[in-house]
Parts: sequence; structure tokens; C-alpha cells
Amino acid sequence: MNFDFSDDQKQLRDQARKFLTEKCSPKAVRVVLDGKTPYDKELWKGLAEMGFLGVAIPEDFGGAGAGHLELCVIAEEMGRANAPVPFSSTVYLAAEALLIAGRDAQKKKWLPAIASGEAIGTLALFEGKGNPSPKNVKLAAAGGVLNGVKKPVADGAIADFAVVAARTGSVGRDSDISLFLVDLKASGVEVKNLANLDPTRGQAEITFNNCKAEPLGAAGEGWSILTQVLDRAAVLSAFEQVGGADRALEMGRDYALDRIAFGRQIGSFQAVKHMLADMYVSATLARSNSYYGAWALSTNASELPEAAAAARISATQAFQHCAKNNIQVHGGMGFTWEFDCHMYYRRANAMALGLGSLSYWEDQLIDRMRKKNAA
Amino acid sequence: MNFDDTPQEAEFRSQARAWIAANAPKQYEDELRKSSLGRTQLKNANILEVAKAWQKKKAEAGWACLHWPRDYGGRGSSPIERVIWQQEEGPFGKLSGMFIIGHGMCGPTMMAFAREEHKRNYLPPLASGEKVWCQLFSEPAGGSDVAGLRTRAEKDGDEWVINGQKIWTSGAHYSDYGILLTRTDPNVAKHKGLTMFFLDMKSPGVEVRPIKQANGASDFNEVYFTNVRIPDHQRLGEVNDGWNVSLTTLMNERMSIGAGVSTGFPELFDYCASLMLDDGPAIEDRAVRSKLANWAVKASGLRYTSMRAISALSKGERPGPENSIGKLVAGAMIQDVATYALDLQGAAGVVSGPEDADVAGRFQAMLLRAPGTRVEGGTDEIMRNIIAERVLGLPGDIRVDKDVPFNKIPTKGGN
Repeated sequence: MNFDFSDDQKQLRDQARKFLTEKCSPKAVRVVLDGKTPYDKELWKGLAEMGFLGVAIPEDFGGAGAGHLELCVIAEEMGRANAPVPFSSTVYLAAEALLIAGRDAQKKKWLPAIASGEAIGTLALFEGKGNPSPKNVKLAAAGGVLNGVKKPVADGAIADFAVVAARTGSVGRDSDISLFLVDLKASGVEVKNLANLDPTRGQAEITFNNCKAEPLGAAGEGWSILTQVLDRAAVLSAFEQVGGADRALEMGRDYALDRIAFGRQIGSFQAVKHMLADMYVSATLARSNSYYGAWALSTNASELPEAAAAARISATQAFQHCAKNNIQVHGGMGFTWEFDCHMYYRRANAMALGLGSLSYWEDQLIDRMRKKNAA
Repeated sequence: MNFDDTPQEAEFRSQARAWIAANAPKQYEDELRKSSLGRTQLKNANILEVAKAWQKKKAEAGWACLHWPRDYGGRGSSPIERVIWQQEEGPFGKLSGMFIIGHGMCGPTMMAFAREEHKRNYLPPLASGEKVWCQLFSEPAGGSDVAGLRTRAEKDGDEWVINGQKIWTSGAHYSDYGILLTRTDPNVAKHKGLTMFFLDMKSPGVEVRPIKQANGASDFNEVYFTNVRIPDHQRLGEVNDGWNVSLTTLMNERMSIGAGVSTGFPELFDYCASLMLDDGPAIEDRAVRSKLANWAVKASGLRYTSMRAISALSKGERPGPENSIGKLVAGAMIQDVATYALDLQGAAGVVSGPEDADVAGRFQAMLLRAPGTRVEGGTDEIMRNIIAERVLGLPGDIRVDKDVPFNKIPTKGGN
């Protein structure tokens, strides 16, 4: 047993942190936050040049072929930096769906383009309110075309292609769902940008109107593929959330040391110390659960479904907890636009919803634990 | 990132498994498995005797105190081998409860500070469970302020004369030896005038009085010292350097990580899987599932946090103050879990007798034991201070007794 990242992986983390500290300052994030550009194109290009976008994509498909542990390491740094790029939608969702279910030709078309930063991808799953469920998929696929509306779609307005979940049968059973690959620049696609909690990562409404689509994976297998994609994305996002939680904790700690009130550093008041200690506890538990998820992901262990749900819940809670209490430590300053606290608060709460809400994953976790106990 | 055993670890595991299968006191397995915090006892046997017999058997076959050197009754095992042993020992590990203080804290302190002949004489019988040790630190006026202790040790020729009182001493009523922190100089600041000894608990002048706890059990004691004489060669460390010696003890307490803290979660999960509520099985209920999931990730988070610590330990890193989170999280959790399990039972939750209560009254027992868990070994508040100060680097609490001679510090009350 060795429950830690390797020295090489830690070196990669240092490298990613250094790169992001330089190229993704809070000032750079604000350019996207203020709506001047939908994402940081320079940063995206830089990430591709560093090999970070294709780190878990095999070399045959233009990636670095390193693996998922390496991707976890980078994800954590993306979270720390609050990077305003379509990393999660492209790398965790679209690329993973292709890796799991894509035909050779599909992988050859899209994966090298992802690794080189030329293509942005996303997953179009949700249709309004509700969590991931076959019965919430109403968009219809028939005769090789799609008809229906997806929203919210993460980074939908800037994506080049989408993996779309569609109904191929009449009933809402698992086996009636299939996945399709859609070139979003094709005709029959209409994209509308949606205002959202975290403007550093866009959300869109996409209308498909007799839009051509090619199947991704076998017909009727869509739900089983999606479940795997969501589990993998849950682990990878958990690392982003852990990175964000750690950064929010650091910001709070630094401010508590810096700010003097009543003649003392506010970090010397037990009420403040204990709040920060609790932030540390939640971030640590989340990190440990995420490490277990990383192990399960990288070894494709049978524990992955349970580990992914646990990592997801723990990391979601930790990021939300640290982000909100970081504002609390900062007092009035924390609630200003000028301070960076709200960027993490926005990101934490947007991330808590993106792959299905907390209560959805709680439900998943208990189901999975029961299955394991029954086995 | 690897959870699989290496070939050596797999070999160790299979040896341990085979030996345990052939030697463990299986007649108690079921009872031990079902026991939980606040209720580890055997119906038809004296648990102290059963525990001592099991420990002796382990020691004779070389499975006792795995991490100790062989010369002192251990096995010289790696931290990971310890974890493997604990996994394999399973419910029989609960029998080690009464040895934890001796093996986790007294033994390592002896190893660091006792003379060689004492180590060779005292440590092997401690490892084998033949002799039980306790740790005499806390005092009535001390509480979390351990260094505020008042038990005096005064030099008289080659001996020290001890007078005073300790409290909250786990297992003192069945202990043979103890390590004792005393005040040897009241004219200097409180941390600077302390000295550590070890002593025979049967020495004249030592009186042990069990304390009846809120849960009705008596695991702790008051210990009175009246002109108890300890030879100078039983001193551990230098005179007035006892605080540093005690820090070694407490540091070793952190080394006991991996023992797997009790959270109450597995018990609650099992219970909810079988419990029928008015509207159907508890585990199908949305609110129940949400609660369970929240506790599940705390329990798994603690488990993997200790595995990370063990990995660090096996690479030669020292366990740090970050390991304070285990007790902090688990202590509060077990209390909440027990409260919730009783809430699910409605009015019937109030019944606590093992014969009449659901799941043998284990949650009622947990509920009544849990407040102690949040206090012993440092309160939640002290644990948070440790994390805030030593992990996050925040300023220490303001201490008005700092640099004040101990005998000039105002005192009142205590418990």
C-alpha cells in the first residue's frame, strides 16, 4: 500500500501550480468574470502547449498518455487557480465519453483536437430542472437526427462539439437512452448563452432542430456509458473542488493573520481559529476521499462507483464550506466585488450542481453501498 | 497510489490470517463484533482475563506490539504491517482496548527515557499484557491545562516523595505500573518545573478510587498519592524536563493512528438497512439516506486520512498535528449518530436495557459514552486549537500565566 501521489506526480503538480500562478492570476480570471471574453483563450492555448489538456489521452490519439492520476493532479491546480476555461466539460466529460465509448474514427477526429486545444467539447445531458435520470431525457433521436432542447449545457456556447443524451425508445427506461456526437457548428443547432452563478464558466441552452448526429457507443447503452462518464467526472471534479477549498482556506487564513481588530490579529480569536480549523477538517476529509476516488479511477477498480460518489459529496461540501466561511472571515471586505472571495463562492456553488446536485449523489452513494453490502 | 499489498505485505497478511484463524478466542467473536463504543463487555466471561490471555498468546508467537523492537517484546514491524494486522485481527482487536495506553504511550516513553535495564525488565511484560500500565497526567484543577498540575515530587536522598492527586486515569484500578508527571519546582513557569517518573501502582501510599461515569461504567479513576516513594532511577528524563518528556508521550499517541476510530457509522448503516419505519424501510427514506450519506463520507474520509498518514509514516515522515482530526470528527459524529438512531426509533428509543432495546441497546450505550469521547485526550476545542495553531499557523491563545512562576498563578475550582 502507498496512499499518496508519486514524486513524479508531485513534480507535475508543482509545474502546473507554477504555470497557473503565472498565467491565471485572479486579475486574469476577472477578465472573464466581467464578461469581456467567454473564456481565457491564451490560457487554454498554454494549457494545450503544456500537455495538460491531453494528459490522460493516449499517445495514439495525440495525448500525453500519462493517466488519470496525473489528470487528478492537474485538476486540483485548475481548481486552486479558479481557471476560467472549459476544462471540465472538455476533458472530464467529452474526452472521457469518447475514451469509454468512441469508435476509432471518432477518437481520431476529436481526441487529438482536444489535446491540442483546437476543439472544445461538452456533454449535453440536462433538460431543465432535475438530476441525471433516464426519465429526464426527452430530446428525441430518430432517423439520424435530433430534436429537442438541452439546458443548462456547460460551456455550450463555446463548444465545438457535444456528446448528447437522447431518447431512442418511447419509455423512460435505461435502455431507451443513447448517446450521439454532434458538431455544434452544423446546421440545425441553435445556441443561446444563459446567465449563471459562475460567469467564469458559461452555461448555454442548445436547441437541436432536425440536427444530424452520429451515434456514440451502441444504441441503448447510453445510460450505462453516461453513468461511467459521470463517475469519472465526479472524481476529477472532486480534485478541482479540493483545490478550490484549499485555496479558499488559505485566503481566509492569510487574511486572519493580516487583519488587526481590537488590537489583535483576528486569527488569534478562538471563534475565528475554530472556524478555520473546521475548514481545514472538511478540506482534509474531502482530499482523502478524493485520493481514494483517484485510486479507483486509475485502476478501474470495482469500487469506483462508491468511491466516486463519496469523493463527489465530500468535495462538494468542503468547497462550499470553505468558500462561504472564507467570506465570513473576511467580514465586509469579503462581500465586495473587489475581493476575490466571491469568485470561489460562485465556483463552489456552481460546481455543486454541474454533475447533479448533492442530494442526487447522496442517493447514489447509499444505493451503491447497499449493492456492495448485498454482494 | 496503490492499495494492493506488495508481495512481502501479502505474505505477512497470509501468515497473520492463518495464525489468527488458528488461535483467536472464537467463542467471543460474535459478541465482540456486536459491541460498540460504551459497550465492550462479555456476558459470561471477565473481559480483562480474556484480553490478557489473548495478548499473551500473541506475544508468545511474536504478534504483540508489532511496531516495538524485538528486544523489548515487539516485532519490529512497519506501520503498514500494523495496519494489516489490525485488519486481520478484526473484532478481536477490541480486546486490546485496555492495553492502548500502555502500548501506545507508556511503552514508547519508557523506550525514549528509561535506563536500558528498566527497558529490558519492564517492556516485555507490558507488551505481553502480563502487566498493565496507566498514565497519570490529568489533575482536578488541570483539565485541558495539563501543565497546571500540582502533584508534588520532593527529593529525599536517592528517592522522591510524591504527594497529590490525579484524576481521569483510565484503567488505574487494574494497572500494575504508571507513568507520572509531577511538579518539582513551583518557583518557575508552569511548564519548566515538571518531572516525569514511572512507578509501581502497588507502592505504599497509592490509593485508587474508581469514578462512576455518566454512563454508569467506571473506566476512570482518581488516584491519591500520600508520601509515595519513588527511587531516583525511575525518573524519566531530566529533573524539570518533564514537559518535554510528556510531549514525547503525546506525540506517540498520534503514532497510534490507524487503529481505526469508532464513528458509529457502520452500526447505523446496518441498522437502517433493516429498520422498518411507518412508510417502509428506513434506508429507502430520502431524509435518512441524506443523513447516512453525510456520515458515510466523514467515516470514509477519516479512514483514508489515516491511510495517508500511514503512508507518510512508512516513508519516514513523522505524524503531525493534522492527525488531531480523527478524534475531533469521530467524537462529535458518534454522538450525533447515536442521537439519530434513537430518533428513528421514536418513543421506543428511550428503552436502554440490552434485553428490551433495539439492537441490544447499543445506540443508547453509545449516546451515554460519547460525551466522554469528546473530552478525553483533549476536548474538541483543544483539538481545533491544535489544528489552527500548529497546522494553519494561527496565533496561540493569549496566556496570562505565561512566564509567571507557578506558585504566583491564581487558581480556583476545577472538577
